Amino acid sequence: MTEPTASPVTPVVDSRTPDSGLASLATAHRLATKSSLWVALGVFALVIPLSYGAGVIDITTLNQFGRYLCIALVALGLDLIWGYTGILSLCQMMFFTLGGYCMGMHLAMKGPLQGDGIPQALYVVSSQVSGMTLPWFWQPFDSTWFSLAAVVLIPGLFAYLYGWLAFRSRVRGVYFSIITQATTLAATQVFRLNDLQLCGTNGLTNFKTLFGFPLEEASTKVGLYLLSVLALTLGFLACRWLVNSRAGRVLVAIRDSESRLRFAGYQPVAYKTFAFAVAAVLGAVGGMLYTPQNGIITPFKMNPEESIYIVAMVALGGRGTLTGAILGSLIFSFSYSWLSTKFADWWLIILGSLFVFVILVMPDGLVGAWRRLGLWLTARSQPPTPEPTVKEATP
Amino acid sequence: MISKPVTAQIQHETLYPADKLDLVQVENVVVQFDGFKALDIHYFGVDRNELRVVIGPNGAGKTTLCDVISGKTRVTSGRVVFDDVDITYRRDTDIAGLGVGRKFQTPTVFESLTVYENMELALPRRWKVWQNLFGTETKEQREHIHHLLERVHLIDVRNLPAKSLSHGQRQWLEISMLMVSKPKLLLVDEPAAGLTDKETALTAELLNELKGSHTIMVIEHDMEFVRQLGSRVTVLCEGKVLADGPLEKVQADAKVIEAYLGRGKERK
Repeated sequence: MTEPTASPVTPVVDSRTPDSGLASLATAHRLATKSSLWVALGVFALVIPLSYGAGVIDITTLNQFGRYLCIALVALGLDLIWGYTGILSLCQMMFFTLGGYCMGMHLAMKGPLQGDGIPQALYVVSSQVSGMTLPWFWQPFDSTWFSLAAVVLIPGLFAYLYGWLAFRSRVRGVYFSIITQATTLAATQVFRLNDLQLCGTNGLTNFKTLFGFPLEEASTKVGLYLLSVLALTLGFLACRWLVNSRAGRVLVAIRDSESRLRFAGYQPVAYKTFAFAVAAVLGAVGGMLYTPQNGIITPFKMNPEESIYIVAMVALGGRGTLTGAILGSLIFSFSYSWLSTKFADWWLIILGSLFVFVILVMPDGLVGAWRRLGLWLTARSQPPTPEPTVKEATP
Repeated sequence: MISKPVTAQIQHETLYPADKLDLVQVENVVVQFDGFKALDIHYFGVDRNELRVVIGPNGAGKTTLCDVISGKTRVTSGRVVFDDVDITYRRDTDIAGLGVGRKFQTPTVFESLTVYENMELALPRRWKVWQNLFGTETKEQREHIHHLLERVHLIDVRNLPAKSLSHGQRQWLEISMLMVSKPKLLLVDEPAAGLTDKETALTAELLNELKGSHTIMVIEHDMEFVRQLGSRVTVLCEGKVLADGPLEKVQADAKVIEAYLGRGKERK
């Protein structure tokens, strides 16, 4: 979103007088809005990989960007269920982690094996040293296709069932938020257990290859980065198609007045469950791509605060706008890593204050503020026109 | 209560034959809220293609009657039949699916959606997720929506979010949504509330157009509006059916006069 510097603004004599400086600003605003998606795609799909190729940024930075894009997928999902449908879910990172674990198990199976074909990550935390066999639920993850299907199906079906049970019982509002938070906390505790044979608090690690490509290689990392760009682009397009369909309007109608919708013949439960499952799958795909780029996935990614960060991202960018969810999550991730390295002791306070400040000043987030700026510029730069006919239409 | 005139007593006995042809049949329905009898109806029916107006003082149970038919409120005892289906214990969504459309007392539209999108969601029999993911409305449906919006003077604001509408415009939008959804029964709860006289006249005109080809049940306070509808009137009072018939006859009914005067006249 490149905003050209304004031509020297002539002092405004009358607030109603059309202003050529403001008019060009308004045009610039419109152009920036229209081109923003292409610019963003260009930056992430071309500029960043090319600047890595030219040696401007190193592979670690590129890898970091890739992980941010994975998190943005989770934010996109939350925006569907919260921004559009009005249901605040506080367990989106649980679906991310589930997706990550499915991928992680596959990677571990392809990594160094010990004993009787036991992935090293599992072997080192096991109390059973001799005579250990591979648990049955690990075995199918040797297959690539099974693992990829599991990434989508396990979190997706879990969210579908969970959502159906909760929404059918008319659990809504803050109660739904609370039970989702409790669920993700419970999931963390369960995944920490060594007895579950999912590597306990250590998490899944010791990954060596992905589909035969060594993960250490820079080329694999670039490939994973580009896959993340592709996944986010496709996720964004799918969400845009969804919210622009009539089903998307039903989601907004649920946010506005769910009971009214029932009397119009719609089953809000079906729509809410659907949106929740789609959001979960988006998160899980993010987790799937995150795990090989991060090299480790642990139960702590399911900690409640991880999901709250996602809420903060969407609120920052502007809920109910898909671009807002992505923009907010990228800004949040960047400032998170920058602040936490620069101000190790203070970063949480700084980040929190920034967040409170943004929410107070821009209740509809950055994208909302951007839109209002556009409306203001257009209104100021045009000759005064009669108010649009929102008034009483008398017969 | 003062002793009732004998004539009214006889009338009450003979007026309600259990006419099985009625589209809506409310039989021996009692609705109690914490011991308070909000509704106690021996028989209330609306015939097919009839426009019926239900009037009554505040707290007479008019909206409760609507709630019972549309499934918003459960009956304590009794039976509700719609189109030969017992809907007493059906869910609200199912009842809507059977063809009971409703306009609420306070106009309820989807605020963040545009006027046109509100109408689009009201289109009939497109309720499943997959039906709404793919496919759009047909040309006919689009034209129908445009035609209706023109009638209620909302065509110029069709792309504005519904939250920017005035009260009267919301009333019309909700009535138009009801009309476009083509239900078998239109439950119209106070369509003229908060409207100017001119707006009220147009609302009456809209309902009169539907008269004869649609089954409509209108709840109203506004006597002038009821007069414009020129239909059979049922008077409810304290949850009971007090009188029934053409407006002139009902207005002359001693019990009705007493019910209204006894509680203060609502509107001249």
